[in-house]
This record gives sequence, C-alpha cells and structure tokens, in this order.
Amino acid sequence: MNKPEDLLRSDAARRLLDGYQPPPGVEDEMLRDDGTLRPIWASMLRHLAQQSPEVLAQRFARGEQYLHDTGVYFRQYTKDGSTERDWPLSHVPVLIHDTEWQGLADGLRQRADLLEQVMADLYGEGRLVRDGLLPAELVARNPEWLRPMVGVKPRSGHHLHFLAFEVGRSPDGSWMVLGDRAQAPSGSGFALENRVATGRTFPELFAESNVHRLAGFFRQFRDALNGLRGDGEGRVGILTPGQHVDTYYEHAYIARYLGFLLLEAGELAVDRGRLTVRTINGAVPLDVLWRRLDSNSADPLELDEASAIGTPGLVSALRSGGLCMVNALGSGVMETRAFLAFLPRIAERLLDAPLALPNIATWWCGQQKERAYVLDHLDRMLIGPAYSTGLPFDSESPTVLGGQFRRNSEQPVRDWIAQDGRNLVGQEAVTLSTTPAMIDGKLQPRPMVLRVFAARTPEGWAIMPGGYARIGRTIEPTALAMQAGGSVADVWVMSDEPVQAETLHPASDAAFSRKFPVLLPARSADNLYWLGRYVERSETAVRLLRAYHRRLEAYGPDALPLTDRIAAHLETFGLDVDEPLPAGLLALLEQSRGCASKVRDRFSTDGWNALADLAATARRMRGSVEPGADAVQVMGILLRKIAGYSGLVHENMFRFDGWRFLTIGRALERADQTAALLTAFADPDAPEGGFDLAVELGDSVMTHRRRYTVETNRATVIDLLALDADNPRSVFFQVNIVKDEEDKLARNRGAARSSPVARQVLPLWTALSVAEPADLSTARLVDIRSELSAISDALTARYLS
Amino acid sequence: MLYDIRLTLAYDYASPAEASRTLLRILPRDLDRQEVLEGVVTADPPASWRQEGTDFFGNHTVEMTHEFSLTQLSFTFTGRVRRDETDAGLDLSTTLAELATEIEAIDSIGADSPHHFLAPSPRVPHEPEIAAFARACLKPDMTTLAAAQAVAAALHERFEFDPTATDATTAPIVAFRNRRGVCQDMSHVMIAALREIGIPAGYVSGFLRTVPPKGQERLEGADAMHAWVRCWCGHEMGWIEIDPTNDMLAGADHVTVAFGRDYSDVAPARGSLRTAGAHVSGHGVDVVPVD
Repeated sequence: MNKPEDLLRSDAARRLLDGYQPPPGVEDEMLRDDGTLRPIWASMLRHLAQQSPEVLAQRFARGEQYLHDTGVYFRQYTKDGSTERDWPLSHVPVLIHDTEWQGLADGLRQRADLLEQVMADLYGEGRLVRDGLLPAELVARNPEWLRPMVGVKPRSGHHLHFLAFEVGRSPDGSWMVLGDRAQAPSGSGFALENRVATGRTFPELFAESNVHRLAGFFRQFRDALNGLRGDGEGRVGILTPGQHVDTYYEHAYIARYLGFLLLEAGELAVDRGRLTVRTINGAVPLDVLWRRLDSNSADPLELDEASAIGTPGLVSALRSGGLCMVNALGSGVMETRAFLAFLPRIAERLLDAPLALPNIATWWCGQQKERAYVLDHLDRMLIGPAYSTGLPFDSESPTVLGGQFRRNSEQPVRDWIAQDGRNLVGQEAVTLSTTPAMIDGKLQPRPMVLRVFAARTPEGWAIMPGGYARIGRTIEPTALAMQAGGSVADVWVMSDEPVQAETLHPASDAAFSRKFPVLLPARSADNLYWLGRYVERSETAVRLLRAYHRRLEAYGPDALPLTDRIAAHLETFGLDVDEPLPAGLLALLEQSRGCASKVRDRFSTDGWNALADLAATARRMRGSVEPGADAVQVMGILLRKIAGYSGLVHENMFRFDGWRFLTIGRALERADQTAALLTAFADPDAPEGGFDLAVELGDSVMTHRRRYTVETNRATVIDLLALDADNPRSVFFQVNIVKDEEDKLARNRGAARSSPVARQVLPLWTALSVAEPADLSTARLVDIRSELSAISDALTARYLS
Repeated sequence: MLYDIRLTLAYDYASPAEASRTLLRILPRDLDRQEVLEGVVTADPPASWRQEGTDFFGNHTVEMTHEFSLTQLSFTFTGRVRRDETDAGLDLSTTLAELATEIEAIDSIGADSPHHFLAPSPRVPHEPEIAAFARACLKPDMTTLAAAQAVAAALHERFEFDPTATDATTAPIVAFRNRRGVCQDMSHVMIAALREIGIPAGYVSGFLRTVPPKGQERLEGADAMHAWVRCWCGHEMGWIEIDPTNDMLAGADHVTVAFGRDYSDVAPARGSLRTAGAHVSGHGVDVVPVD
C-alpha cells in the first residue's frame, strides 16, 4: 500500500476514516475535495492505520503522561472559581509542507514589520490618523492605547519584539490572518511541550518525517534578548502577573528553559530611572524585561491606578531609557479587531505593497458606507465589538452570526448596529479548514486555527516553524476556545530533505565558558526558605500523628496521659486528632506546594512531582482513614513519600544559593521542632513514656540503644537530641548547618565581617557546643526556641526582604 | 488678576512607610489666559530624587521619591499666577445635532482633540441613569453650549455641596444618587452626562480664589483644590469651561492646574502613599489676590 489511493482503500484506514466528512465548502487539511489523500498525510495515516486501537490508546496515553508528569496544566475559569486542568492535547499533529510554510512565514514577516510601523506611528507622530488612514476615534477611544506612552521612544529602537498571529485557512486553500497578538502572546512554551508530548506519541514517525525543530527559534530569541542588554551587564527577566493566571506555568517553563529570571512586580523597584530586582544580595539592575502581563497593569503610578501587580515608576524608567521592554507598553492596541479593516490600506501606504497575506475582511460600523455594507450583507457577517482583542470566534461579548444573535439580547440586529455602530465591526463569516482529530478511535474533522509566533532578531523576524494549533471541540468553529473545551495540537512543518537537529545550546565545539553568576531574587529565596520549613513541619506532624495512633491502637483512648499530651502538642500545629488525617495537615502540605509553585522556574520537575504527589495522596486518603492501626499505616506511607521528596531535593539539587535557603529553612524548623518536643516530652514533669516518645519522634531509637547502656532518661535524651554533634536530629547538628550555610551565603555576598545573622547564630552555636545535658532545663529550651526565632528574623531582614 | 497661591498636601502614616514614589500634578499650566510667573513645588522632608516633566495632556508633572522611612510627608506648591478674565461672549457653539459631524471631521489624536473626551474613562463609566438625566435637560435645536449649561444648572440644582458625603474614590453614580458631594463628584457626573449626549467633556483641576471680591459671596470649593469641566462646543468656539459646583462659566477666579479625561488623569498626588496606610492629614489652599 504505497500509493495514497491504496492506503485509503485499506480496511484499517477505512475503519479510521469511517464517518470522516468535512462539511461542504470547507477545506480539509488531510483530504482533498474529491476525497483523495494529500500526500503529506500518507505516512501519518499509514502509521495510524497500522496500529491497533489499543496500541494507539497506549501511545496517546504516553503523550498525556508526559504532560502530566511535567506538570503542564491550564487554568479553567468557571463561575465557582478556577481549577487546574490537564493540558488538552489533541494527539494528531497538523501537517504542513515547508514550501507552503515559507510562503506563510514570509507573509507574517511583512505583517510584523507593518505592525511595528503602525505602533511607532500611534505612539509617535500620529500621521496615520492625520492622513485619514485610521479613524481618530479608534485610537482615542481605545482602552489599550496608553496616553502616558505617547512620545516614549523604545530604547531598542523597536516597540515590538515578540508577536503571534492567529491564522486560518480559507475555503480556497489560502491562508488568512484572523487576529494579531501583540500584548504578551502566550503559547510558545506550550508549543514546546506539545512537541515533546507528540514526539513521545509518534517517536518513529517523528524521527523519519523531517520535521523542522523548534529550539532554534528559541535560541535566536534568547540571543536577541541578551543582545538588547545595553552594557551587557544587566539582566534579562520575565515579568509574570503571578501564579493565579492561566499561563503562569508557561512563564515558569520559559524562564527555566531560556535561563531568565522569573519576576513579579513586587520584587521590582525603579531607582532613578533604572529598574532593579531585589535579590538576596541587594538590588541588582535589570536591563530587559519580557513582559507577560497586560500593559495597563504595569505601573499604578501612570497607568491603571488600581493595579496591584504593577511597579510604580516603570513608565518613568522607560521614558528615560532605563530598560528595554518586550513588547513596549501599550502594544495591546495592535490587537484591536477594528484595525483589521484599515491595515490593508495602511500597508499600501507604509510598505508600498499590498498585504502578502490578507486578513479576515472587516468593516468598522462607525463609518456610514461600511455600516450600510454590513447591513446589506448581514447573512454573511459576524458582528462583534470593535475594540475586542479576541478572535471572531472566541468572543465573550454578544456576537451576531449570519444575522442571528448568539446570546444575550432581544434587540433586533439592525437597531443594534444603527445605534452602537461605532463600537462594532462586521467580519466576513469565514469557514475554517478542518484537520483530523482522533475521537473515540476514529478520525474526525475539526476546525483549526494556527498560532504562529514571530520573534525579532538582529537578522529580522524569526518565525517559529509550527508547534501550536487550536482544534475545535465540535465541528462548529465557535467551540475553538480552550475554555469552551477546545484542544491544542502540535504542528509539524515537514521538509522533503532531512532537517537540522536543533538545540538551545551553542555548538559543542564552541569555546567553553561559564555563565555569569546566577542571581537569586529575594522572593524566590523566601519561598525556598519557607518550603524547607513547611515540609519539615509536615514531617514532624506526621511523626506525631503516627506516634499518637500507635498508642491509641495499643492502649485505647484516654488510657495514657502521654496520648493526651501528644494530642495537645499536635494542637500547637493546628491539628485536631479527632480527625485521623487532620485538615491542618493538608493545609501544611498545601502551603509547601504553594511555596514550591512560586519557584517552579528553579525547582526540579521531579521534586515538584514528588511534592504534588504527596499532597494528592494525603487528600485522597483523607476520607477513608480510620483511627489507630490504619492511621499508623497511612502516616507511614506519607513519611516515605516525604523522605522520597527530601532525597530528590537534597541529594540532587545543585548547591546554589537557593538550595542553601531551602536547607536553612529545614534546619531551623527541625531545630525548633526538636526543641519543642523536648520541652513537651523530656520535661521532668512529662507523663510517663515521654523520654521514649522523644527518642521515637527523633527517629533515634537505634542510636540511643547503641550509644547508651541505660534506659532513656532526661540526660541521655537531651544529650542525643539537643547536643549530639553527629545526630542529624539534634538541635546542635541543625544549628551547625545553619551556621555553615549562612557563612557561605555571607561570603558570596562578599561581607568582610560576620553578618548580622551570624551574630545571632554564633552565641547559640557556642552555647550548645559546650553545654552539658544538665544545662538544658525546659526553661532554657524555651529560650533556645526564641533564639531560633530571632535567627529567622535576622535572616529574613538580611536576605529575604 | 494676579494671585499668590499656596497649596499643601500633607500625609500621616500609621506605621513608618519604607520608601515612596509620588507623581504630582500641582504646578499650574501656562495657557493663553494664564501665566505662571513664579512657581515651585517642594516636599517636606525633601525628596531623595525628583524629575519634572509634561504628561500627554500637557500638564506639568513632578516625580519624587523618598528613599527612607517616613511618618509624615507633605508637598507644597507656592507661586504667583496671572489669570485674565475670559470673555464668554456670544454663543457661537455648534448645534448639538451637528456636533457629531464636526467631531468626525477632526483627524487628530493630539492632546486637544475632542476624540479623547467622548468614551467612558477610568473614573467615568457609562451610566444609563445619568444618560437619562442628561437627555431630560435637552430642548430641541439646542446649541452645544446651551445644552452643557443646562446640564450644569440641573446638576447644581440637584446637588447639595457636602464634603462629608464622598471621598476622592467615590463613583459618580453614587454621588448622583445621593445628590451630595463636592466639586469632584459634580464634575464627574457632569462629564458623564455630557458624553452621553455626545458632547466631548473633560476634567479640569485647579484653584479658586479664596477670598471673594468685596460684596460678593464666597464660592464653594475654595478651601481645597477645585475641579470643573471643559467641553468642546464645535470648531468655532472650541473648549469652554463650566463650573457646575458654582453653576457658572470658569472665569478670572479659576486658576487651571491640569486637564484630563477625569480625576485619574490629573490627581494632584498619585503614589505608593496609599498602600502604606497613609491618611490625608492636611489639604489647604490659599489663593490671594495681589494688589
């Protein structure tokens, strides 16, 4: 079955394609109008047909497993809030030949240049309006045209550096632009993940299909951003609104992938016209900011005054050329839907050439002639908001399709357009091409839109070869949006010749060089510090719960005073022993996960997964745990998972400054928890069995037996758990870690004298190193806890704020 | 008229504020009818850094930072300003019916273009109730100026001047429904009303003469920074300023500081002040005629 016709006639292909019927008048990516197969799809279809449905299902599961393991998600918004959902991958990629792709890419390069010129004019001379090429109203009423940015010259000489275009295929097979993305286009990182997942689904096919690689595009853009650093000294950062937005995963992913700092507004400050980031070693200048938040939120002083995610003075810094912003603030205006009506004429004027790639035909209803045209052709029109930045099919606002209201209103369409025309556009109700999606074991045609990314480089616009297509949930083009259940597919741009394998790294024969020292923002350090503390606190809580339920199991409730004492101690954590797996423990685990989620750009995927798995396990078991033996077993499982996580993090993580904060957090918490245990259970008045319990909680039963010839008593317990230099569970051991790690931090900072933190640590360290067990009364242990707390405060003041 | 003017904005902090950045718009503009002969903006304690500039609408801005811990902070403008009487003259404004056509013909997005002043702006959203109120003020074949004055008169009638009823963040619709407020509220409501009937309208911040000429009543709003409205009345007449709080055209007693679409464009002090739990402890104006 070498010829495509034979392939289509094979039983397996017929089974796959049973019911595959693109709607009439629609172009299909795989099949021609006459039902024959486009050659580029032959190997894909053959590959799909050769696999049994079970094997295919397994392979798809492999792709999904990859995304799941990597932690790719998107955030779905419902009326009850938002939730993290698995990334909706449509497994069958869209296939495009690179000859065709080149034409598309050239058209988009021209369009990117045009957008730059229009943007420069809107924030510069305003000639397009003066010459009647763009209605003044569409600029002046535009919420994305930001007056404070007018007249601000971008330091790099360009406003736009990273763009995306929504592109669809018309019924005649040609491409057209449906919308421009210029604010802060998202999806390029997801494209990388789509690619890896799809590569895992079709490993052999991918290897032999000559698919253009994506990494080269990112390397070019990374180098371009590094090149924008003025003196080569400053840093490049990615500015994210924070983890509450649906694209946060991507921001963290891109930051990690490209090696840039991931930053939130709260850690930035403007200092005399320069942007700085708070790091553990003080404020450090930033030179280039790749902005992933909307312009209006970026500066509460000059833009949206209500923004809580902005940096006061940012606009002022841009005005004085203190940094390069990618893209310039105010670039959202280029997404305005009504502009599509004017760009063709503007292109003729500014480029002296027609648009190589048309955009969707658009008429602004604020003009009489255009409004009349729209009214005369209502049955072929989509009517929607003129200032919307969404796609014609994605709109949340009332939209008319073919003269019918889709939702929300009784008002006749004609009245609506007559009254509110200036706020409306009509757009030709185009049909999108369909592409095969695998649904219930069969291929089904689904509408498709490509998102194509463009990055400015010194050599011109680089176009990412493929990677990202959105696929409708149903055959209706209105179901494209992910929020409406749409999915995303990889796009393979395929060549007849073998393609060059690309990676992010320079060629291996290039001269070896170390990158400049890694900066640690204070906010990241703070989250790592608290991550260390929360996980350790969770571990102590789990150990206490296990000890409690062991005694419950052996002696029954209310039999031992010690059991009550454990319950009381658990209460100091906010844990209620009436619940076998208390809500407070879930909260501790969630806090741990919360800290980790804020440092995902510098945290290993394995560590993150182990932590997520720990929290998920606890959540899952919560409903079914019984007090006593069952709870003991569950706590055992959780302890093993915590140990697994700690092993991954503490064994495998590079000893950079971030690791030190994680370690200091854990050490301070453990020292404090151990001191707390000793005050509660090694007190002379503690209930019987307290000494043994302390040793059990300190995981030191074996050591005690080997070390001392006597039964547990206060002296041996204090010696082992407070003063022993070799027991990793002892207070002294942990204080020693704090001392050593902080010393390294201070030296990295280049401090000549001992740091304020060391001045807190050293007295305690000295006292513990010379103390005898009898010196550590319960009162002294309480003091030690306050000293530990003072160390934490000093550390926070010195490095974390 | 020549005026000696002094404005002080003072803030107290409940807990010491670490560092702050402030954007001030308190230095009056130079205009055809108005000249700033002397003018200086200062801070107490003195700023760590300052930079002067001009915003989109041509207003003077002063940026300041205080890079040390503060418990009190004040900003002062002192200066001498010449303000000529503006002659209201004849009503040469376009009829309301023809205004839209005149606006459409303007191919400009410059600071004075009426196009900026028609759409809802951050502090002046679209409000159907205010729209209905505005339409009820209209009579057939009205000129733009007559319409704007009718709206100002109706608002003046409706509102009771009451500094305790609102604050700087009160939404226009709230003040409109309560029928109480200060110059800022009345100006915002008037701007909303004029835009609803197609008249480009913007916000003017400024000062009012504190002590009235002999035999005249003291105007409302002279104790603090004042606000009024400017509206575009067609090619022939251009921008006309109306003070709804005192139901009058702005005249020799009105000294202009800044123009904008609404308060958010011209707020005298915008800054990280608010987040630090600051409260305004003093806001005083003296506008004294120089003999």
